[in-house]
Amino acid sequence: MDNKEMINGIEVKTTKKRSQLAEIWRRLKKNKLAMVGLGILIILVLFAIFANVIADYDDVAIQQNTAIRRQGPSSSNWLGTDHLGRDIFARIIHGSRVSLLVGFVAVGFALIIGGLLGAIAGFYGGRIDNTIMRIMDVFLAIPSILLAIAIVAALGGNLFNLMIAVGVSSIPRYARIVRASVITVKDEEFIEAARAIGATDSRIIRKHIIPNALAPVIVQGTLGVAGAILSTSGLAFIGLGIPKPQPEWGAMLSDGREFLRHAPHITTFPGIAIMITILSLNLLGDGLRDALDPRLKQ
Amino acid sequence: MYKYVLRRLLYLIPVIIGVTFIVFTIMHFTPGDPAQLILGESAPEEAVEQLREEMGLNDPFFVQYFTFLGNAARGDFGTSYNTKNPVFDEVFARFPATLKLTIAGMIIAIAIGIPVGIISATKQYSITDNVAMILALLGVSMPNFWLGLMLILLFSVNLGVLPSGGDAGFTSLILPAITLGTGVAAIITRMTRSSMLEVVRQDYIRTARAKGVPEKEVINKHALKNALIPIVTIIGLQFGSLLGGAVLTETVFTWPGIGRLMVESIRRKDTPTVLASVIFLSLTFSIVNLFIDVLYAYLDPRIKSQYQ
Amino acid sequence: MDDNKILEIKDLVVHYITDEGVVEAVNGFNVELNKRETLGLVGETGAGKTTTALSILRLVPNPPGKIISGDIHFNGENLLEVEEERMRQIRGNQISMIFQDPMTSLNPVMTVVEQIAEGIRIHQEVGAKESIERAETMLELVGIPKERANNYPHEFSGGMKQRVIIAIALACNPSLLIADEPTTALDVTIQAQVLELMRDLKKEFSTAMILITHDLGVVAEICDKVAVMYAGEIIEYAAIEDLFEEPKHPYTVGLFGSIPSLDKNVNRLDPIKGLMPEPTDLPSGCKFHPRCPHADPICSKQDPLTTDVGGNHQVRCLIYEGLVEPKEVL
Repeated sequence: MDNKEMINGIEVKTTKKRSQLAEIWRRLKKNKLAMVGLGILIILVLFAIFANVIADYDDVAIQQNTAIRRQGPSSSNWLGTDHLGRDIFARIIHGSRVSLLVGFVAVGFALIIGGLLGAIAGFYGGRIDNTIMRIMDVFLAIPSILLAIAIVAALGGNLFNLMIAVGVSSIPRYARIVRASVITVKDEEFIEAARAIGATDSRIIRKHIIPNALAPVIVQGTLGVAGAILSTSGLAFIGLGIPKPQPEWGAMLSDGREFLRHAPHITTFPGIAIMITILSLNLLGDGLRDALDPRLKQ
Repeated sequence: MYKYVLRRLLYLIPVIIGVTFIVFTIMHFTPGDPAQLILGESAPEEAVEQLREEMGLNDPFFVQYFTFLGNAARGDFGTSYNTKNPVFDEVFARFPATLKLTIAGMIIAIAIGIPVGIISATKQYSITDNVAMILALLGVSMPNFWLGLMLILLFSVNLGVLPSGGDAGFTSLILPAITLGTGVAAIITRMTRSSMLEVVRQDYIRTARAKGVPEKEVINKHALKNALIPIVTIIGLQFGSLLGGAVLTETVFTWPGIGRLMVESIRRKDTPTVLASVIFLSLTFSIVNLFIDVLYAYLDPRIKSQYQ
Repeated sequence: MDDNKILEIKDLVVHYITDEGVVEAVNGFNVELNKRETLGLVGETGAGKTTTALSILRLVPNPPGKIISGDIHFNGENLLEVEEERMRQIRGNQISMIFQDPMTSLNPVMTVVEQIAEGIRIHQEVGAKESIERAETMLELVGIPKERANNYPHEFSGGMKQRVIIAIALACNPSLLIADEPTTALDVTIQAQVLELMRDLKKEFSTAMILITHDLGVVAEICDKVAVMYAGEIIEYAAIEDLFEEPKHPYTVGLFGSIPSLDKNVNRLDPIKGLMPEPTDLPSGCKFHPRCPHADPICSKQDPLTTDVGGNHQVRCLIYEGLVEPKEVL
């Protein structure tokens, strides 16, 4: 205990960013719900990574078996089988790869592009700010799922295009957040002080502005992954997902629609999988927000 | 106030032009030759080429865009590849259904979200609050198309009390509206709660209590009026996700709105209809936001006075 | 309680219960106030002045605040025992409060006249129109033209806002007015105007007043009696002349030493050493002893009692109990 305090004490002196993150982590650890969310998320990621160990892709996940079509949960097929006799559990595990991959990559992509645009806009202000943000406004005027739909409809459904579509449609959000935090930080006295001792723009952005804008971006990013996963499954649901037979949660759900009356489990389980994933990300995101602004939690 | 509305209205013009540009550019990349699509696979090469020329498909990109914009300004969004009818008429005919669904969804969301959020905030950490917050968390975590299917399973398939699709009177609106409204209701609940908790801590609430204002009025008059400002912002933004979500909800419930038209048109590679649908929905969203901005100024005298 | 007495607080104890520990904000507070009298409540930030004031109105935020024990008698009623509904009828009607920060104390989405009229409408059985008229009269009384009645708070300056708040507080002609640092947030020139206004109105409405401040100059101007608070306790209580002529407690003496004087030629101010103790971790014995120039080992062990040094001048210090020898002449 003493040791940790001491480390924290030193960190405060060395880098502002590290100590800020350490402090956030300390507060986050106290939040049980957030820890549950983080735990679920880690399990999901492990499932996705070791999907082939749990259930082989070729032998199980896409293996059709007409003899066991639309069967309910049993000891051999934990979550039952779909309309083509494929094991739903295996397909959900493999489907998580698509969802998580698209979710994280799309948000990462949006974060880098949006963050950069927002930082430039906020830092330089004036005409540059105006131009960038008006363009962002135009993007924001198109409901994000519609923009994603349009992009996938035009480019075609595959993993890469899904990432692009979901990513592009959330760029403006990150641009706005980063711009807002840059503007608040920009006028702080320590930035002026850095400038006074001759720090370059790029150094100020890297060393001062990015660390300070990080906190809200992490929160929005976590919640953004949840949104991206929802969008991905929504796109797949209307037939704009990855090509069959690769399993994807939204597409699985859509497949089950026809059999809702007699085999509702085909629809139910992928939906629960989506919900658990989104829930874990939301729990974590909420926890992060509270950890970043303890005042809000009272 | 009048100046403010006018300003916002003028600002709408470049936004709409920008939206048409973005969507037009995206749809321009759609693979496949529209002329071929219209005439069919077996059409002779010359006929296809002739149609291409007529449709201006051989023109440079910007010429095509400005032609499109010019026509669109006059309400001409081209002809559907599928029905050969003017796209504008097709989309416009579906508009009331989508609007009805979206408004119903929003009414449900507001009618649940604001009261539950207020109760949660005034009874922070009580059982009521905890239950409401758990439900809200589930609400934001649920894909709405899945919720729709589950509602159909329960109320149409198992109980048989509500129709599972189509637009035939009030009963057929219930399930789609709940499906569409639930997520937004959850978001509004959470926002209302946190906004109220923030406002209730303010000094002017203490002033109101020190004046002897009954607690009920402190909450419903003093606190709510201030808390509504961020809530209204969220409601405006969420209208966008309702219009987007309507695409999925309409698909689930075979609701004859723009969303379903769009999904069908994507399948049929009917690009003009997809293009017009996206623009139409975005335009609706922009107009709603304009309305929200005006409402915002009405709620917050500090904003209003900037434009007087 | 005799007829002239309006307020009597006995052994008031208020705690804030937080994750970091229990904050003993007020520890056995005793005070009496007569009609039309003004009591100054002086002390540093965190001494428990505002908490005491909020306790009288029963507006201590709960959680985390909790009134642990004590009595607050107001016009013959024990405010800590009455029903919430009765308390509400008293707030703003018989006891009013002026808050520290005029910038944040007014509701930004209501016109000022509406905010004044609200209290009138609640406590006096008058209709909407009449309450507005009375509110406008109140506005003019505090020096704001009636034409500005329908303006919103953001359209006023800080000093004007504080005038509005004074109008709200006095709208129902209360018998007790609590003013919590009413001028701290204002410019010096405005401070004087607002103070003068308060003094005039207090006289006109013949209101008793508790004035919370850390400014001894303000106290000298309008108070009849002063209570000096330190770490949740009154450490000295006296009539204004007695306190200013002969401060007894080392802390009070220190407070005077912190003010520049024009009469005496001193090279340096003599501020009190050290900081207010952590409210979650108050020192044992006399709470001032870590900073006291006269402190003796016994000061950390024994809690001082209230000693009357004559003429109702009360001090809470072991020196006056004859247990500690002062290091130099006080």
